Amino acid sequence: MVRYIIRRLLWVIVLMIAVSFLTFIIFYTLPSADPAVLRAGKNPALADQIRERLGLNDPWYQQYWIYMKNLVLHQDLGYSYQSNVSVKQELIDRLPASFSVAIGAAVIWLTSGIAIGTISALRSRTLLDRATMGAALVAISAPVYWLGLVALYLFSQDIGKFHLFMGAGSYVPFSQDPWLWFGSLIMPWFVLAASFSAFYARLLRGNMIEVMGEDYIRTARAKGLRERSVVRHGLRSAITPVVTAAGLDIGVLLGGTILVETVFNIPGVGRLSYEAIQNADLPLIQGTVLLGAFFIILANLVVDVAYAYLDPRVRYS
Amino acid sequence: MSSPLLQVDDLHVRFATEDGIVNAVNGISFSVGPGEMLGIVGESGSGKSVSMLTVMGLTRAANSDIAGSVRFQGRDLLSASDEDLRRVRGDDIAMIFQDPLSSLHPFYRVGAQIVEAIQAHRDVPDSAARERVVELFGLVGIPDPRQRIDAYPHELSGGMRQRVMIAMALANEPKLLIADEPTTALDVTVQSQILDLIARLQRELGMGVVLITHDLGVVAEVTEQIAVMYAGKIVEHASTQKIFAAPEHPYTWGLLQSIPRLDRGRDEPLVPIPGLPPSLINLPSGCSFHPRCPYVRPPHRRVEPELEPLADDPSHRVACLLDSATRRRIWADLQAGLGPQAARAKAKLGESV
Repeated sequence: MVRYIIRRLLWVIVLMIAVSFLTFIIFYTLPSADPAVLRAGKNPALADQIRERLGLNDPWYQQYWIYMKNLVLHQDLGYSYQSNVSVKQELIDRLPASFSVAIGAAVIWLTSGIAIGTISALRSRTLLDRATMGAALVAISAPVYWLGLVALYLFSQDIGKFHLFMGAGSYVPFSQDPWLWFGSLIMPWFVLAASFSAFYARLLRGNMIEVMGEDYIRTARAKGLRERSVVRHGLRSAITPVVTAAGLDIGVLLGGTILVETVFNIPGVGRLSYEAIQNADLPLIQGTVLLGAFFIILANLVVDVAYAYLDPRVRYS
Repeated sequence: MSSPLLQVDDLHVRFATEDGIVNAVNGISFSVGPGEMLGIVGESGSGKSVSMLTVMGLTRAANSDIAGSVRFQGRDLLSASDEDLRRVRGDDIAMIFQDPLSSLHPFYRVGAQIVEAIQAHRDVPDSAARERVVELFGLVGIPDPRQRIDAYPHELSGGMRQRVMIAMALANEPKLLIADEPTTALDVTVQSQILDLIARLQRELGMGVVLITHDLGVVAEVTEQIAVMYAGKIVEHASTQKIFAAPEHPYTWGLLQSIPRLDRGRDEPLVPIPGLPPSLINLPSGCSFHPRCPYVRPPHRRVEPELEPLADDPSHRVACLLDSATRRRIWADLQAGLGPQAARAKAKLGESV
């Protein structure tokens, strides 16, 4: 197992190099605005000056080589073309907000999805089941940016019909005021969790219905277990794919939630990457992409290792 | 036979499905006494498993309709509450199943699954329950019980898994053990070991046992009584010795002639039963076996036979519209090597229709 994990960690490095290379290639092959012009405005002389200073006149492979050398030797992710700030510092500053959004939403969608899915499976084909699964289908289909705007129009304290929750742009870091932090994130959490919760409820319901028809559930009943324990036996099997999906989804979201952070104006990595793309700010794009890729690869590894513990039939060698 | 352990009377089980009403069990009656072993034999779909699952209360569902009576030690189980039935299951009546791999939870250690079965009925600490599991593993012949107790089902062989299932069933010293095709999923060499084990445990523990199988060879050596089921009914019920020596139902003849026997010539062909088991949604009229019976006569399509005792042997009951003398002549002819058509002609049953 340890050897397996070490081998997988070495692969993380290989994948990260591949991702950084691809990002560079895409940036230089696809049409993009000129970062120097974007920064200099209508002043060609200034633009030339900026281009020279940032090394944008060098061929792309030379730029890539310098970038990778700094990254490997000094753990340096470079500086923003637009604002000259350190990309590494910028990412560190923005990460807590993205983590707050992702983790909080995950807690909501996992608890609600698992509860709804289990109840729906045990009451399958009843009115309750049909109603919740119908609602889940709507929630899955609703785009996050639309749902976010609807939530703001209905419930935010500034523009809402009912002044219930703090609106867009109200994010406060946890370290500054935990209570305001919580209040400002309630709407983003629920908006982000809605479709995940619905998807997980449907996934778990399907698994659970299948598992409850298994022979070993009949055995559990035949040996006289209470129905509560029988359901636990079923859930133990049905939840395994849910844990896998959750690991991967959380991994993706830790690298920033572009839509939710943009709609609710939360200063996280997602909004940073959105701004970086608008400004053709390659070092920032590269930094956010590498961070996102790192979390996704890491989540895959965690999920694979967790799977071996959840299902004793799985062994890596 | 003193007071029976299990007394089933006129049991009916129906399931509502999208295709129609499935008549799984259509009025069966039998009893099992303490220390007795009853074999229930029939093809898949004959209702043998469903009837025993119903005894355990495991067919209770929104789409099932259960009628008749099931009494365990005089107590009516069909009208018992779910919680009362739960207390009976795994404690007074235990069940083992066909495929031990799919019948054990793949994510729990085998010892833990048995500890759970004990603690569902008795308030004992984990350590005492584990000791009991070690003892049970010894009883059912699992070597190195202390190591095997922490194995997962997939780490054991098929035979060992079925021994685990048996140990689980015996955990609370049940008075009645229901074994549903316990050897079907196992290697032939292991089959007889498991069967011997069940027979030995039955003798040692004095349990009543119901052994469900589609294989007459399995029940031949271990049971005292055999009930042959067809389309949800018992068509013949007699002592094991009678079923093999003097069977009186054409379906039983079919079963016996389709298994190879050492006391017959190697060149004697096995005679399969023609046709397929009937649809349980549209049961055949009259005698359910008539579409496949080589000895059918026109009235058999209309009149439903009752399971009736033979005049000279009340313990032997048969549901067949042919009279007993004719049946005995046909069986004698079949034993003499005649094919079903020749035996029919000789019995002068008229043109086959």
